Amino acid sequence: MRDHPTVNIVTELDIVAARRLSRYLAKEIGFGVVDQARIATATSELAKNIYLYATMGEIIVEKLEKDGRKGIAITAIDNGPGISDPRKILEDNYTTSNSQGVGLPGVKRLMDSIQINSELGKGTVIRIEKWLE
Amino acid sequence: MKELKVQYQKVLSDYLLNQNESNLYIGQNLVRQLMKSNVSPEDLVSIHKQSLEYIVPDLPDSVLNSFDFLIEVMVDFGLMLKEHQSLLLKQEEIRIEMEIAAKIQNLLLETKIPKPNGLDIGMVSVPVRKMNGDYVHFMHDDGKYFSVAVTDVVGKGVPAALCMSMVKYGLDTLEYANNNPSYVLEVLNRIIEKSVDDSMFVSMFYGRYDLEKDIFTFGSAGHEPALYYNSKQQTFTDLDSNGLLLGVLPEMKYSQTDIHLSENDFIIMITDGVTEFRKMDNFDSRTYIKELAKSLNHLSAQEMCEKIFEYLNKLQDFLLEDDFTIVTIKKY
Repeated sequence: MRDHPTVNIVTELDIVAARRLSRYLAKEIGFGVVDQARIATATSELAKNIYLYATMGEIIVEKLEKDGRKGIAITAIDNGPGISDPRKILEDNYTTSNSQGVGLPGVKRLMDSIQINSELGKGTVIRIEKWLE
Repeated sequence: MKELKVQYQKVLSDYLLNQNESNLYIGQNLVRQLMKSNVSPEDLVSIHKQSLEYIVPDLPDSVLNSFDFLIEVMVDFGLMLKEHQSLLLKQEEIRIEMEIAAKIQNLLLETKIPKPNGLDIGMVSVPVRKMNGDYVHFMHDDGKYFSVAVTDVVGKGVPAALCMSMVKYGLDTLEYANNNPSYVLEVLNRIIEKSVDDSMFVSMFYGRYDLEKDIFTFGSAGHEPALYYNSKQQTFTDLDSNGLLLGVLPEMKYSQTDIHLSENDFIIMITDGVTEFRKMDNFDSRTYIKELAKSLNHLSAQEMCEKIFEYLNKLQDFLLEDDFTIVTIKKY
């Protein structure tokens, strides 16, 4: 995993770096302008969650290739407080203490898939993928 | 999708040639079609950009870049729209569930108005929402007694309806119509106090009619007083007792009172939805109902209930604020 381009999220500026990285790779893979915007927005949201709730973490961007299809995966890793109920957090209307932006339901919609692994008190790993049509 | 893109390009180029209302109208109709095919706002901006590039080559970069900017900011609008759509679907699911629940409630709480000898009985019960928080329970086991319970759960909607089912089964366990009102209220109070949430209270007016002696025995647990009309004296009396609401304290005692009914006398039992007019503070609704009932005495009990409902509903501009229940018993 460490071979893939990674952005450490510590300050708000790092959110912009994560956006830039994911958009750059999305474009390289061949995603159109609209999908680039969606991928960057989703990445932005994951990075912002790290910045707001875990204070520190990293965003890893991978190119995917499977059965002749190309895609992109973004993984957000942090050692923050964790999510108590990942299923619930994907429901619309589930608002956390000070949620702003599109939230995880939005991220899920922007991408093809989302996977959340979280342990309370230990941290969270969220992986999102999107495939070229 | 591709076809829609081509259409968009055509409609846009028509409009650029001729900025008239008809081209705008066609454009709007097209967008509705696009929305039906789940085209998001950011997709639409992108289609617009591509169409424009095709129709007007050599656009300055600033214009093209501005569309990329617009695509970016539209992503959030697109998400909002999707969320909205998914919430609408969920709302529809809840609506259907509510409808089924209301149907089940109606089945559970269905009451047949009995026809004991010498009494004419009528009833109207209208919920303000789908589920009724009022309930009327009749018992007439062909013996010498007929009894009636008029109940109102403090609260509305689903919680009230759930609570009401329990009241119904509590009343069902009493089985016969000959029980003393004070006994019935004490039993129900114990059941409700034990099994329902502390915030749930039920008011009940319970009456038992001795069909041989024409004696009406009643007790009340915090319920809106009933109205008794003595036709000989042409006077009304409030039928009230100071019993506490059901479900507040475990070992409550309830008193009961006897009245004797003569020909053409009647009793009207109501819930507070009948007397409370939130928009009309100084309105004496009980006096109004008394006058109204007196003038309707020539009608059957059922017609009286319906007329009173009609008048009061009209008085509130057909905007009932609480479940409305009225039961009339006439001695003939």
